[in-house]
Amino acid sequence: MSILIKNARVIDPSQSIDEKINILVEDGKISKISKNIKETAKVVIDAENKIVTPGLIDMHTHVREPGYEYKEDIYTASRAAAKGGFTTICAMPNSNPACDSQGIAEFVKKRAKEVNLINIIPIGAITKKREGIELAELADLKEAGCLAISDDGNSVRNSGVLRRAMEYASMLELLVISHCEDSNLAGNGVMNESFISTKLGFGGIPNLVESIIVSRDIMIAELTGTKLHIAHVSCKESVEIIKQAKKKSTKLSAETCPHYFSLTDEYLTTFDTNAKVNPPLRTKEDVKFIKNALNDGTIDVIATDHAPHIESEKELEFNDAPFGMIGLQTTLALSIKLVDGKIISWPRLIELLSTNPSRILGLDKGSLKEGKMADITIIDPDCEWVVTKETIESKSKNTPFINSKMKGCATDLLVNGKIILKNSNFIA
Amino acid sequence: MENQFKEKSKILNKEEIKRTLMRIAHEILEKNNVDINGIAIVGIYCRGSFLAQRIADIIKDIKGQSPEVGVLDITLYRDDLTQIAEQPVVHSTKISFDITNKIIVLVDDVLFTGRTVRCALDELIDFGRPKSIQLAVLVDRGHRELPIKADFVGKNIPTSTKEVVNVRLEEADGIDEVVLLEKENNGE
Amino acid sequence: MANKTIWKRKDLLGIEELTKEEIHLILNQTFSFKEILERPIKKVPTLRGKTIALIFFEASTRTRFSFELAAKRLSADTVSFAAASSSTVKGETLKDTAKNIEAMKVDLVILRHSMPGSSYMLSRYLEAGVVNAGDGSHEHPTQALLDVFSIYEKKKKIEGLKISIIGDVAHSRVARSNIFALKKLGAEVTICGPKTLIPVDIEKLGVNVTYNLDEAIKDADAINILRIQKERQKETYFPSIREYIKLYGITEERLKKAKKDVLIMHPGPINRGIELFQEVADGANSIILEQVTNGVAVRMAVLYLLCSGETIEEKEK
Repeated sequence: MSILIKNARVIDPSQSIDEKINILVEDGKISKISKNIKETAKVVIDAENKIVTPGLIDMHTHVREPGYEYKEDIYTASRAAAKGGFTTICAMPNSNPACDSQGIAEFVKKRAKEVNLINIIPIGAITKKREGIELAELADLKEAGCLAISDDGNSVRNSGVLRRAMEYASMLELLVISHCEDSNLAGNGVMNESFISTKLGFGGIPNLVESIIVSRDIMIAELTGTKLHIAHVSCKESVEIIKQAKKKSTKLSAETCPHYFSLTDEYLTTFDTNAKVNPPLRTKEDVKFIKNALNDGTIDVIATDHAPHIESEKELEFNDAPFGMIGLQTTLALSIKLVDGKIISWPRLIELLSTNPSRILGLDKGSLKEGKMADITIIDPDCEWVVTKETIESKSKNTPFINSKMKGCATDLLVNGKIILKNSNFIA
Repeated sequence: MENQFKEKSKILNKEEIKRTLMRIAHEILEKNNVDINGIAIVGIYCRGSFLAQRIADIIKDIKGQSPEVGVLDITLYRDDLTQIAEQPVVHSTKISFDITNKIIVLVDDVLFTGRTVRCALDELIDFGRPKSIQLAVLVDRGHRELPIKADFVGKNIPTSTKEVVNVRLEEADGIDEVVLLEKENNGE
Repeated sequence: MANKTIWKRKDLLGIEELTKEEIHLILNQTFSFKEILERPIKKVPTLRGKTIALIFFEASTRTRFSFELAAKRLSADTVSFAAASSSTVKGETLKDTAKNIEAMKVDLVILRHSMPGSSYMLSRYLEAGVVNAGDGSHEHPTQALLDVFSIYEKKKKIEGLKISIIGDVAHSRVARSNIFALKKLGAEVTICGPKTLIPVDIEKLGVNVTYNLDEAIKDADAINILRIQKERQKETYFPSIREYIKLYGITEERLKKAKKDVLIMHPGPINRGIELFQEVADGANSIILEQVTNGVAVRMAVLYLLCSGETIEEKEK
């Protein structure tokens, strides 16, 4: 089916495009991108006042399937992702069983195909059961379609094991995504260690818990020549370490999540467990560093770290509630705030949400070049909506932004040349 | 709420209050032919307590000895605490003597519905078992809602429910007078 | 004698959100309630017919006793639930427990729990009022109020006084609530204990910090000694009880460096021979038993303020 997208401001950093230009999609691919397109198309999308970008890519989603389908499954995660403007997501391996073998990775891919909404890339585990003791069969995982490995949720505690894993992964040219946390230092902490945790009487997690392992993992990756991506960077020390390391290394990348540039630990005086997240919300100063890092290139990617937990799990006392918040649907609007706040430009935003994730993962996406598969996101930057239980597609509603007004959403989505979202509605 | 009332008439002035209290003190002594140690004057906070002290002082002038004086704050015994809008501030009750077997003369400024005195009776009984309890009031304005009667009355003033009797005393208000006020409008 | 409606809250969750005027109100009312405890019949009918539920997830005899007595002296009916330590242990969430209790039509809930913020959570779910009897290391408002009242009773003021709090401040709700109350009332507060037990950035609350006991007690008008839990030694906060005593134990000898009329306070129960020694606990400077008496009076004042007067609901009708 041929589709013409016209009258939009198209932003594609991979081609340095930021102008009003038209796009023709044919046979699932981008066949033409030009100001004058004479061919007629079966479907015409008039994207006046909208922004058209290469499909957004989330490097960090917890789809919870297999094993925790009561929190979320691949179908509901796909819907949430699509509504959030994502044409591709990476499924983190902390499912049950963990994605530490070929079978599970294939299962995730199969389910994605069944659901038939967006692209889902399985991320394999580094170690069996993510326990940090024995290596997972990394070659098999790569063959099954994993473009990266991670023990996310856990750090690989034993530096010796991590060294072996990175060595092995570098041989396979597999990207390693590191969840950086020194759990001994973290102790019983449930929020950032600061004046706020002191006032509230909570155990605190100092910045050091993250930055110490960021440092370690970067050094081991340097030794082994491995491509390393630091997950959910939250604090200024990590930013400074990554900045320094990037001066020497080209194989290092880093991501952050919207909550680390939208909220601070002061929010926790409400005791809202939906804001209990790991790494925790940090201070105003850390937020400043994160914003600067997004602008100056120290951080390459904005990821969601979408972590669903159902109401009864979150409605426990603060210490008992699990860590995590959903984010697939709110990430775009929160990131657009950075543009409105003049922290970053629109092209930079698309780099963070599409161009860079694609490059880092080695995906042939994140671009509207002629010949590429047509993964396209159409954004209405001014659309106002409210985060409510009804508008949230996920099975879980654990977000501190519930009942908040948002500005900016994806109204249309093309995945592999097929329209799956039109005027904010799913095509049946 | 004072500014919603206007003064209608003056009922007692300073001199009249003095003479009235003098008479009440004499009546108390006349009715109770016992040793001064057998009597105690207990005022109901707030203006009742000042009147009680004044009566005790007068008795001291007459008999050469003052009876015991106490103060009762009846806030905690009110039966309308969940219905009123404002949080009543609790003041101190001071009964530093044993009331058992004593004749207690309760003193209040105005006797109206009788509910305040009912509270005072309940509270007093929690302190012991007095020989008897008598009631002295400066003004009785009628409209009883409970079967309560004063033994010693300064002045009987028939009133309507739209009126308010205001007793002002030097200790609290800087002036001694009893005035009748009337509600300005029909609000509240 | 106009009544200014100062107290409008349905809950007492912490000292941090109270105004100076609200604290003064409670302290002033406490004097009146203390008087009732001197009477032969220590009971007033004020809260007759009201039901107060005490839900204690953490074991506590004295605080529970104190609250129960306070409620009973006001003629309220009390019901006690000694619940298992937390939702996850017994399988019923705090929210469910609360809803169940509310369905039994109680007027006020007194909650003690090991998690900070649990009373705040509860107050969001319940229409009934909530009194925080201690939420983890966060706040214990009635303890701070009785501590402040006890000092006020003896020293006739709080403003300008030097108060020192000694011990495991990091894990102490008594310390936090006291700091909030004393600072609001204009006292100078000093914290003292091993560095491992002093929380990060506590100076931002406006307190002085010292690790030296002599420093802390030399000019103090009152010393509030916190109980040290022996388990903290296993958690490597300090090497041994012996060393803790050497550095921070309040003995008669160490007290010689303090003012002659310093007040000695302790929230109880005392680890005799560890943070506080016999002679001092029973000595002339100690007001520890008065604290206990005052505790009942303060709690009576708090229950009175929360239970009487119009409820928010009735106001909105």
